[in-house]
Amino acid sequence: MARITASVYTSHVPAIGAALDQGKAGEPYWQPLFRGFDFSKQWLAEQRPDVVLLVYNDHATAFSLDFIPTFALGTAARYAPADEGYGARPVPEVLGDPELASHIAQSVIQDDFDLTLVNRMDVDHGLTVPLSLMCGQPRAWPFRVIPLAVNVVQYPAPSGRRCFQLGQAIRRAVDSFDAGLNVQIWGTGGMSHQLQGPRAGLINREWDQAWLDQLIDDPVACSQIPHIDYVREAGSEGIELVMWLIARGAMADVAGGARPVVKHRFYHVPASNTAVGHLILENP
Amino acid sequence: MALDKPYKDIPGTTIFDADQSRKGYWLNQFCMSLMKADNRVRFKADERAYLDDWPMTDAQKAAVLARDLNECIRLGGNIYFLAKIGATDGRSFQQMAGSMTGMTEAEYRDMMLGGGRSIEGNRRIGEDGDAQAQHQPQGHAAKDV
Repeated sequence: MARITASVYTSHVPAIGAALDQGKAGEPYWQPLFRGFDFSKQWLAEQRPDVVLLVYNDHATAFSLDFIPTFALGTAARYAPADEGYGARPVPEVLGDPELASHIAQSVIQDDFDLTLVNRMDVDHGLTVPLSLMCGQPRAWPFRVIPLAVNVVQYPAPSGRRCFQLGQAIRRAVDSFDAGLNVQIWGTGGMSHQLQGPRAGLINREWDQAWLDQLIDDPVACSQIPHIDYVREAGSEGIELVMWLIARGAMADVAGGARPVVKHRFYHVPASNTAVGHLILENP
Repeated sequence: MALDKPYKDIPGTTIFDADQSRKGYWLNQFCMSLMKADNRVRFKADERAYLDDWPMTDAQKAAVLARDLNECIRLGGNIYFLAKIGATDGRSFQQMAGSMTGMTEAEYRDMMLGGGRSIEGNRRIGEDGDAQAQHQPQGHAAKDV
């Protein structure tokens, strides 16, 4: 049987990818950030997941205003890194897992989540920067990836509550897959940041830290936080954090199992315009 | 009954909701066209002519030509779409975000290195934080030559 063994959470700032790609990771500006992922890279290499279900948002790359799916699950065999206007990132192609993805789609849709399914899609920094942070710069990504793109560009994004419930449905779907796969689920985006208007550059360290505490200790309460709190307290783009609730909802304790172990926690300001948060939770 | 839009009272912030999206549809789709290298070349060769191929308003075209991102957002633009213009110009996301504050690039970068903009006074219109209308522009970008 397939099992979700752990969840990983991280911000996905484009400048982080650019710093890595341009060989700037050792510069004083970036060093403290990448140091925060040293443990994570080692941990991931030891965990050796077969598949990562990667929750992220597309930034007007694969989806323009022509189609705005709230939840889009990738069921393709492969995904190319996108040209976001600066040329494509020089990172490996992302290999999918069509079999498990289709299984999850069928299970989750029958569980009342009306997903959009995508068989052709380029993936932008929202997906590739977390891979780079966790894996470094390998010649091929060491696991298959199932992308789950969430609309957080056009308001309203799905509620935290709905995201949390979707995570639970994904967990049930993975549990019912026959092959013995080691599956992780990653939630990305956030933390506090605002990229527009005279309030650009907003960072709310206290709110971020309190939110992380609640995500770990009381995810049900965390999932009840309304949109307006994210926007007001964590910035217009801080609303990306609802995506972390999908990964949190897929952990065993939410379905009555044991509480997850916090393997790693990291927080750093700034990466470009953004506060970077990072967590690793393992099912015992 | 009208929908509740509680996000209208946040200073210096425009939420890209369905109303904004409708207003900015062609502006944003124009931006999207800059994802293709050929289009970036054509746009740079003659910006006005390229814009005239799109059913955008005159105000939207003028805001793009002036690279006035605050005005673009007011007219329905979304920052992730507008970022394609910045990419075409070879500007980073930090330069683009900073340009909306009135700060110079150095002033904005220093604010971020210092921990970012404080939330204090910037939660609701009517408070006295640095993002409030009465404190614009915030820096010395306008004095830059």
